[in-house]
Amino acid sequence: MEKIKILVLAKQVPDTRNVGKDAMKDDGTVNRGALPAIYNPDDLNALEMALEAKDRLGNAEVYVLTMGPTRAAEIIRESIYRGADEGYLLTDRKFAGSDTLATSYAISQAVRKIDPDLIFCGLQAIDGDTAQVGPQTAEKVDFQQVTYVEKLVEISPNQITLKRRLERGVETVVAPIPALITVHGSANPCRARNVKRVMQYKHARTLTELKEENRENSELFKDRPYLKIEEWSVDTIQADDTHLGLSGSPTKVKTIDNVVLAQKENVVLTSSDADVEELMVDLLKSRVIG
Amino acid sequence: MANFYTDNENLKLQLDHPLMERIVKMKEEDYSFAKTEPIAPFNFEDAMDTYDKILEVVGDICGEVIGPNAESVDLEGARVENGRVVYAKGTQENLKALTDAKLFGMSLPYKYGGLNMSMVPYVMSAELVSRADGGFANIWGLQDCAETIKEFASEEIKDEFLPRINQGATCSMDLTEPDAGSDLQAVQLKATWDEPNQVWRLNGVKRFITNGDADIKLVLARSEEGTRDGRGLSYFVYDKVDQGVTVRRVENKMGIKGSPTCELVFKDAPAKLVGSRRLGLIKYVMSLMNGARLGVGAQSVGISEAAYREAYKYATEREQFEKSIIHFPAVYELIQNMKAKIDASRSILYETARAVDMYKLIEEIGKTRTLTPEERAEMKHYNRIADALTPMLKLFSSEYCNQVCYDAIQVHGGTGFMKDFPVERMYRDARITSIYEGTSQLQVVAAIAAVIKNTYTEMIAEYAAQPVTPEFESLKADLVRMAEEYEEARKIVTALECNEALDFLARRLVEMAGHVVMTYILMLDAIRAGEKAPDLKRSTFTFHKMVKAIHQAHLSYIKDFKVEDLDAYRQI
Repeated sequence: MEKIKILVLAKQVPDTRNVGKDAMKDDGTVNRGALPAIYNPDDLNALEMALEAKDRLGNAEVYVLTMGPTRAAEIIRESIYRGADEGYLLTDRKFAGSDTLATSYAISQAVRKIDPDLIFCGLQAIDGDTAQVGPQTAEKVDFQQVTYVEKLVEISPNQITLKRRLERGVETVVAPIPALITVHGSANPCRARNVKRVMQYKHARTLTELKEENRENSELFKDRPYLKIEEWSVDTIQADDTHLGLSGSPTKVKTIDNVVLAQKENVVLTSSDADVEELMVDLLKSRVIG
Repeated sequence: MANFYTDNENLKLQLDHPLMERIVKMKEEDYSFAKTEPIAPFNFEDAMDTYDKILEVVGDICGEVIGPNAESVDLEGARVENGRVVYAKGTQENLKALTDAKLFGMSLPYKYGGLNMSMVPYVMSAELVSRADGGFANIWGLQDCAETIKEFASEEIKDEFLPRINQGATCSMDLTEPDAGSDLQAVQLKATWDEPNQVWRLNGVKRFITNGDADIKLVLARSEEGTRDGRGLSYFVYDKVDQGVTVRRVENKMGIKGSPTCELVFKDAPAKLVGSRRLGLIKYVMSLMNGARLGVGAQSVGISEAAYREAYKYATEREQFEKSIIHFPAVYELIQNMKAKIDASRSILYETARAVDMYKLIEEIGKTRTLTPEERAEMKHYNRIADALTPMLKLFSSEYCNQVCYDAIQVHGGTGFMKDFPVERMYRDARITSIYEGTSQLQVVAAIAAVIKNTYTEMIAEYAAQPVTPEFESLKADLVRMAEEYEEARKIVTALECNEALDFLARRLVEMAGHVVMTYILMLDAIRAGEKAPDLKRSTFTFHKMVKAIHQAHLSYIKDFKVEDLDAYRQI
């Protein structure tokens, strides 16, 4: 039987949860240089679910696809440390400025080339928070999509049973394979790195990285072909330039407002009857008491 | 994302020690493994990068899994069901995380599935795990047993047991019995040779066995009928799948509740002999014990670090009389003294680990070729240092650990007495460190040998010969005086010509030596670290102040002492 191909879509994002003073530029856009680049948190949950699917199926392989600049290869290495089998870095200047539509187009082209049976991705990325790229990709490659997934219940080569975390409860759905699944942040956290994989793959590089480090002729990479990370460009995925980058992106940001959240003043209560009465009403209303 | 490694600059510094270059080169056999082994480093920088990355994974699991589980593990504890141990749920999760990450068998050679790490990063990992959960550190740390198998067992036994360690097989060392605690020569568990089945059979009872239901057990047993002392004892390895051992009970302890302390019944349990008969206690257990004491050192530093961080955090957040309590001299002295004790303990911990690495690695080379006279001398030198430092480390770090946890509760005030804050658990966990693997009193017995044989005197002279930066010159001059006072105390005690008086005063002598040795090591670490860890300077100054006062009290006591004084103490 052929191996089930599982693909994880992962993104390198600026760490918007640890924001310092210079996190935003004067024009209100994110100052990517000032924030450390991290693995998008929901995508780590997606990677874990993909690895769980592989563990249960046995006969499966997990691939990771990420789109971004050269340094996004770190996402591939990180995924491999945690158990992914291989990865592809989609990188090209022509991708710069892509909105969700253009990004999902590029990703869908890469997905066609990889030809997976299952795709897992994080619900949303913490830099844009749109939650659009997953669903748009599913539409473009004509996969069933299951969103907001919290738990992998059951899996066979033909179908997958999942638990969705919705605002008002939990829903269990069965989907045929192929399918694309967007994973909620409340799903199982990703397993830690396997140190033996760290030791084995820590030198894995893309060709561009090797050139930057002046190591393209290093014997190490000739002896260990598994250290090469695939790097794909617009041409590799046979994408149409006009659907990419700024020209392929209908989303235009008009203005960005700075919202300053002012600290509210504490309510000062005295022991007067009126104040006590007011507090009682508040507490009853908020069901703290009664 | 909590990471107990990346948030601890003082710990990371230990990887920068100049001796590491030689240690790693020997461990990696001149980086020859890299030719055939895809996980082996190909040079020193590569190896250090690997150590750093592995420790980051350890720190991550400690901060994200083991640490957060510690409270529930303490509450649930381990229990016994149908003669088998059931770990707390959190313990099971911890084990799974570490097994999946392949963090067992860290120091074992590649060929047995290990990571071939030197003692230094391995001990660093033990410190990290202990900071997360002092009790769990025992279960994980018993992978030390693999070292004993590797060192002394036959090739056949090594091939059978060692590859299982990295897969997550747990270990135990079964020494203590109801009537054989500190005095292991009294071990009674019987080993008899079963000729038809060609195996040894073990029968009897063991008590207080940490992680007693482990997959692989090293058991000390009496193989020579009619003998009564240590020379009749041999060492055996037992495989849990053979089902000859049942757990009769799990002790209800004060602390380290997640670590099951078992009473075991051996009934015709099949076992294999490790090494030679009759060398069980006198050679193998002694070697295992030194490793275990180093482990307790790491455990003590880890628990102390956790308690200190809690106390520091509380002292900066808690306000009384309109300011954070950390601004009151009575509190900041407590906090700084805790820190100084931890930094000094950590310095001696890794100094010991390096000495162990050095002599064991040269010893390994000696198995493949004849050592040069220089190499032999160096091996002896480090072996001697390791033997002298190990009991000193165990004594000080565990006593300090208890003091630090006591003070951590004190900083919390009444709140610290409640179960709501983790310092209460740490205080209970800390208590065992100065008891097991040899009580503090027994560490003094081991260390006094190094007092008598001049080992500490020679070590102090070596430390004194190292140059110091101007800011430490006056402190060093003081250390030279303290070393002279130690010699003076030693002469006074020797001149008494009374063994009982020597035993009686031994702890004071060992502590006097320890204060000088530890201040030197801490100071040299602080100089080496420079601006990378300016807090080490503060620790050196404050540690020196603290121990100098105790040092003088000891000297005064010894000067005043007369042999007749013992009469007042002796219990009739």
